[in-house]
This record gives sequence, C-alpha cells and structure tokens, in this order.
Amino acid sequence: MNFLLLQALTGLAAASSLFLVSAGLTVIFGVTRVVNFAHGSLYLLGAYIGWSILTRLPTDPGWFVLGILLAGAATALLGLVLETTLLRRIYRAPELLQLLATFGVVLMVQDIALKIWGAQDLALPRPRWLRASVILLGERFPQFDLALIAIGPLVLLLLWLLFTRTRWGTLVRAATQDRDMVAALGVDQRMLFTSVFALGAALAGIGGALALPDGSANLQMDLSIITDAFVVVVVGGLGSLPGAFLASLLIGLLQAFGIVLIPGATSILVFAVMAVVLVLRPHGLLGRAQPVSRAEAPPSVVRAAPASLRWAGVAALALAIAAPLVVGPFALSVLTEMAVAVLFAASLHFMMGPGGMPSFGHAAWFGIGAYTAALAAKSLALPMPAGMLLAPIVAGTVALLFGWFVVRLSGVYLAMLTLAFAQIVWAVAFQSTGLTGGDNGVLGVWPAAWAADPRVFYWLALAVCLGATLALRRVLGSPFGYALRATRDSPLRAAAIGLDDGAIRLAAFAVAGACAGLSGGIAAYSKGSVFPSFIAIGHSVDALLMVLLGGVGTLAGPVIGALAYTGLYDALLLATDLWRFALGAIIVVLVLAFPDGIAGTAQRLWLRGREA
Amino acid sequence: MNALVVSGLQKRFGGVMAVAGISFAVAPGEMLALIGPNGAGKSTCFNMLNGQLRPDGGRVMLAGRDITGLAPRRVFRLGVGRTFQITATFASMTVRENVQMALLSHAGEIRRFWRPAAAMHAAEAQALLARVGMDGQAHRAAGVLAYGDLKRLELAVALAHAPRLLLMDEPTAGMAPAERVALMRLARDLATTGGLAVLFTEHDMDVVFDVADRILVLARGELIAEGDAAAIRADTRVRQVYLGSGVTTGGH
Repeated sequence: MNFLLLQALTGLAAASSLFLVSAGLTVIFGVTRVVNFAHGSLYLLGAYIGWSILTRLPTDPGWFVLGILLAGAATALLGLVLETTLLRRIYRAPELLQLLATFGVVLMVQDIALKIWGAQDLALPRPRWLRASVILLGERFPQFDLALIAIGPLVLLLLWLLFTRTRWGTLVRAATQDRDMVAALGVDQRMLFTSVFALGAALAGIGGALALPDGSANLQMDLSIITDAFVVVVVGGLGSLPGAFLASLLIGLLQAFGIVLIPGATSILVFAVMAVVLVLRPHGLLGRAQPVSRAEAPPSVVRAAPASLRWAGVAALALAIAAPLVVGPFALSVLTEMAVAVLFAASLHFMMGPGGMPSFGHAAWFGIGAYTAALAAKSLALPMPAGMLLAPIVAGTVALLFGWFVVRLSGVYLAMLTLAFAQIVWAVAFQSTGLTGGDNGVLGVWPAAWAADPRVFYWLALAVCLGATLALRRVLGSPFGYALRATRDSPLRAAAIGLDDGAIRLAAFAVAGACAGLSGGIAAYSKGSVFPSFIAIGHSVDALLMVLLGGVGTLAGPVIGALAYTGLYDALLLATDLWRFALGAIIVVLVLAFPDGIAGTAQRLWLRGREA
Repeated sequence: MNALVVSGLQKRFGGVMAVAGISFAVAPGEMLALIGPNGAGKSTCFNMLNGQLRPDGGRVMLAGRDITGLAPRRVFRLGVGRTFQITATFASMTVRENVQMALLSHAGEIRRFWRPAAAMHAAEAQALLARVGMDGQAHRAAGVLAYGDLKRLELAVALAHAPRLLLMDEPTAGMAPAERVALMRLARDLATTGGLAVLFTEHDMDVVFDVADRILVLARGELIAEGDAAAIRADTRVRQVYLGSGVTTGGH
C-alpha cells in the first residue's frame, strides 16, 4: 500500500515536469498552429543554461529558485530570437515543413550545445537541502519531488489566471479558436505570436532546469522529452491546456506504475493508452477539431512526365547499371545506400503524397524489415532470399495491424501516432537484448555466396529497389492509386462515389510499410549489421527530408530527393565534424527557399507559361 | 413505387431542432424542389438522405429498401448520386479523371493495382462530360475550374453510375442565369426521359418555378407547404416565411 502511494507520488512529480514542457508546446500550437519540434531543444538549453547559472550561484534555496527563473528568462529570449528569425516565416507553410524546419533547429542546437558544454552529462552538485527527504507513512520521499508535485498545479493556475484575467490572455484564447478573425479585428498578430512563443519557451526552459536535481543536462534530453511531450499534447488535445495537464497526470502515473508492472516496456503501455484515446477521441481528451483556417493551394494535377524527363531517367538508370564497372568499393557502397534510400523514400511518398498520410515514424517499417532479415539469417539460419522476402511480409503485416489505428486520424495526430509507434519499435529493439542484441545490434549478416561480390550485391539491390519503386509508381497510376488520391483530395466526394476510404488508406499504409520493410531488408545485408539507430527518429526524418527535398507533389520527387539527400549527407559527414549543424541549417534554408522541393520547383519552372 | 420515401425524418443539434420530423416522397421521373430560407434545414435533410448524417428519428426508404443511417458509400451503391452545396471534386485530377473515378468505383475496379487507370472508361467519361457541356474542358485540372463549371462537373460525376435518385444541393449557385436554365433543363430531361427521380434545393425561384413538378417549403425544420408552383406562389405561410409577416417583431 505504502509502496503504491510512493509510486503514485513519483508519478505525480514526473507529471509536473512533463506538464511544464507540454504546456508550452500546446500553447504555442494553439495559437501559431506550429508543431514545434525545437521545443525539446529549448528544454535542453534550459537545462544547460540552468546548470551554468546554478553552478555559479550560492546553493541556498532562494538562489536556486532565482537561477531556475533566470534559465527560463534566457530560454524565453532564445525563443524570441527563434520565432522572429524562423518560425514567423513558416506560419503559412504546410505542417510537415514546419515540423521539418523545427527539426533542423534541433540538429543545430545539438551541435551548438556539444561545442559549448561538451559531450559529458552535466549533473548538478546537490546541496543538503536538495537531498533532504520527508518521512511519509514510514517511507522516505524526496522533498524536491514534493515541491515538483506542487509546481504543476501552480503553473496551471498561473496560466489559467493569465489567460482568463488579462487582455493578452483573452487575445491568446481568441487566436487559438480563430486566428484569422483575431487578425481581422485589427490585433497585431506578430506581437501576439512572438510573446506566446517566448512564454512557451520559458516554460520549456524552466522544465529543463528543474530536471537537473534529479538527473543531469545531457545531449539526448531534447528528443527524449519531445516524444513524451508530443504524446501528452496529442492525448490531451492539441492546444488544450487543461487537456495537457490531464494527460501529463495520466502519462506520468502510467510510467511510474508501468515500471513496476511491466519493467522495460513502459513505452508500450504509454503507446497503448495513446492509441486507445485517439481511437475513441480522435482529437484527444479535451481537444476539438481544428478549424480549417489556412487557405492551402490546391494540389497540382499529376500528369505523365515530359519525354525529356523520361529520357533523363533512362540515362540515369544506364549509368547506375554501368557504374560498378568503373567506380571503386567506397563509391559502390554509397550507390548501394542510394538504391536503398530511393525505395525507402518512395514508400514514404506513397502514403504521404498521394495518400495524404504524413508519417513521422517511417523508420519503424525499415527497422522491422532490417531486423526481420537479420534475425532470419542469424537465429533461423535462413538463406538470404528468404530473409529479403520475409522483411516486407513482416513489415507489411505489422503495418496492416497498426494501420487500423492510424487511418482513422489525419494530419498532426497521424504523424504523432506514427512517431510514437516508431519509438516503441525502437524501445523493443533496444531493450530486448536477448533477441536483438540491444545497442550492440545484430552483427554478421552477410549476403549469400553468389552475391558476396559487392558489385553483384549492388546490382541485386538496384534491381530490387528500383523494381519496387517502379512498381509503386505503377500502382499510383492504377485505379487503386487514383482512389487513394481521391480520398486525400476530397473525403466527402470519395464517400459519395462509393469509395471506402478507411480500407483504401489502410491498404496504402500496408503497402508503404512493406516496401519500407523491403528496403530495410536489403540494407541489413548491405551493411552486414542492424542497429536500433535504424529505427531512431533521425532515420524517420531522413525519409521525410528525402521526400520533401525532392518534392511531395511529383512522382519523380522522392527518387531525386533520395539521391540528393544521400549524397549531401555523405558529403557533410566527410567534410565537417559539425555535420548536424550544417545539415540542420541546410534543412532550414531549404524549407524557407524551396517549399516545393527540387522536383516541385523544377516542375513549376517547367510549367511556367505552359499551362492555363 | 416511389423512388424515395421519407417519413418522420428528424435531426437535432444540441437544443436546435434542425429537421423536425418531415415526411415526403419522390416518384421516378419527378423533380421535387426543396426550398426555404437560410437555416431552414435543407442541407441537413440532404445529408441525412445520403448517409452523411445519422438521423435522430424517422426512416429513409429508397425504392422500398430501408437505407436509414447507411454510410454514404453504401447509399451510392444503391443508386443515389449527389452534388454538394460547396462543390467537392478531386483537385489533383483532370476533369475527365474525376468522372472516370466515379465510373471505376461503380464498376468495382478500385481493387485493381496494376492496370493504368488513365485509359479505363475514358470514352464513357467523355460522353458524360458532353452531356453537361464540359467535354471541351476534359483535360483541364479540376482545381482551376470556374465555380459554375465545377457544378457541372459535379453533376457529371453524380450521373456516372446511372442513379435512380439524384440529390442536388443548390446546383446552380455561382452560375450565370442562362447557364442555370440550361443545367436544370438537362436535369429535367434526364427525369422525363430516363425516369430519374430528382430532389434539389435552390435559392433561385425562377429556376424552381420553371422546372420543378412539385415544391416543398421548409422553415425552421418543418414542412410548411407542399404543392405545384401556382399553389406555392399563392400560399400565405410561404410568403410570411420569405417576406416576413411582422409577427416576429411584435405584431403591430
């Protein structure tokens, strides 16, 4: 009994920290409609800046509080800079581009933090009062955690007063409901957005600094907190502050008890709750359907590629086939990587472009395919072709089961659910050390003897990946592909002409999952080993970048994007140790300059003056 | 047998009775107009007929079969075509592809994953477009059409599966007067020669009185009048609803 109570208190303390971060995220989303990936970076910066401040201040409680508030003020300032330089320019961009641009910021901040504070975890020296605990029902409970428990409701109360009792708060609430109307009433939106963003950033920073006494400042905290915060915000309902509070409690307690109930699989429990909530309430516990306020440009018509482009494709293919006769082993490995990337990107494009289902966890299918192939070889001792065949079958089947939850959602909710699922798959791969080797991965996955020559394996990879990519392309031109596009263009009309949009979207999701799984299976054999990093957020983002870099609105886009991105990535890795910063900066610039991607921009230039 | 029989149809949104238990029928070959001021419940009524909204009470019978609460895609399969008040078309497709989409769905060919769709039912689609006068624009993007052309495209799409009942929600909004007459004459023709039952809402009274066999007047969710053009013109309650009687402002 006592144990349960203490576990509950631990859960409540975790819920408070989670609420601080999620509150900022949800308020920012409510007003600006930007899903801010960089919120995790602000949390990370809050922790590092807090460490730098607190280690220089006297250690009394009073100074501690001041230090925390100063860290909040500093992140608010950084948020202000971020909003005015970047976010302000992308408020009208599609959601995914916003997510991507803010992910670019995440990458940049990671390298900046590494340069300033170094690679080690920075823990705060804990004075006596921070280590003190109180006796509750005969058990010791940290005093600081009790304080944390109080902070959550206190912040909720303060925010509630701010939003209901001030003119500024009223404007924020009005903008959350209908920002176009607020603008029409003559309110200066820029000030409103900037101040809201600064407030959210301050909350994230305070949350980060408050994480110091129980943990440390480290370079992984941005992505680990943002996943939890996304779950909280989505479960609570995007833009809903009380929802975020409720969801924080739910997730915090779930994690505290989950560790006891099913150790090592807490994230599965969290995911299950999230999936159930979203199936019952597609807009979260207290969320409402978002008013459609952005006037998005209609998608351009998909037409057959001009003959010149077809010839360029044939020429590129001829070069790709002939390449092994000329290039060395390193270039050959890059080319194999590119072939895999093309299929990986094309499979994401399939569901995201024509299907209108943006996934932030596409690496899950890639990883499932890779692990399937690797384990088929190592644990079941199956020959290579069997492993490569099993990869898409297993990935597609899992996608079919999981897709049942996904296809009911749309937009950000869908992206977040896929992200959460990918995190689960990652956690399973990471934690099931017995089967997957955990962080050490599965090693020694070598191709069959007949394909041992890198050139032969390259031709095999090229044939499989390109074949599957062309097959995807063919499917997009089939009645099914048209129907998929129809459900995206107008669900209303699709239903009125008898299309079953749930079934169509589910089928597309499974096909995309299977193809990503196939690319993972090839990758497993080409690299000879499989690691949890195959499933990490970063790899899902790679796929998104390839698609968006190439252009989501064209069929050639993902292919061009995959080639360009893989080339760019490898070049950056060779050229600089600050490759994260460089890549992040490039993403940000691309989003700002070429929102249609390479192929999309080329198409626009090509069509200029050719079509009414 | 009547093509459509509606009895006691009811829908409530919170405290508002949007449609308060209305009953009517449409015969094959008949054009029935549903008119009424804004907020009378016309679109709500339409949305219940094709399954977009689930009624709180009442029945919808299509050619003797109960279709109450069936999903829109099932209602389509039973032979109901509809156009929307705010047009809904596939913007990433050409005009002809929009019609082909409906033809493919009707033919049950959506599960085909390999054969290119572009050539399937192309001639049939072209013929349907010719009927609504859109054949000249077959290869334009649906997303760039003028509003009146979108309405005509919607009609071609709604006719693709040779429905027995056509539901048109404000089919001529956004059209020039001459276009309106032409479009409604086309519907009239389909009804008279093909035995199609047509139920439509419309704000343009000239159009209504010109083509409708019978007119239903809806106000605040209730049917207040029913009859041919002459009867509706003469009805005092209809005049009150449209022109106001002064009762609502105190009755002096």
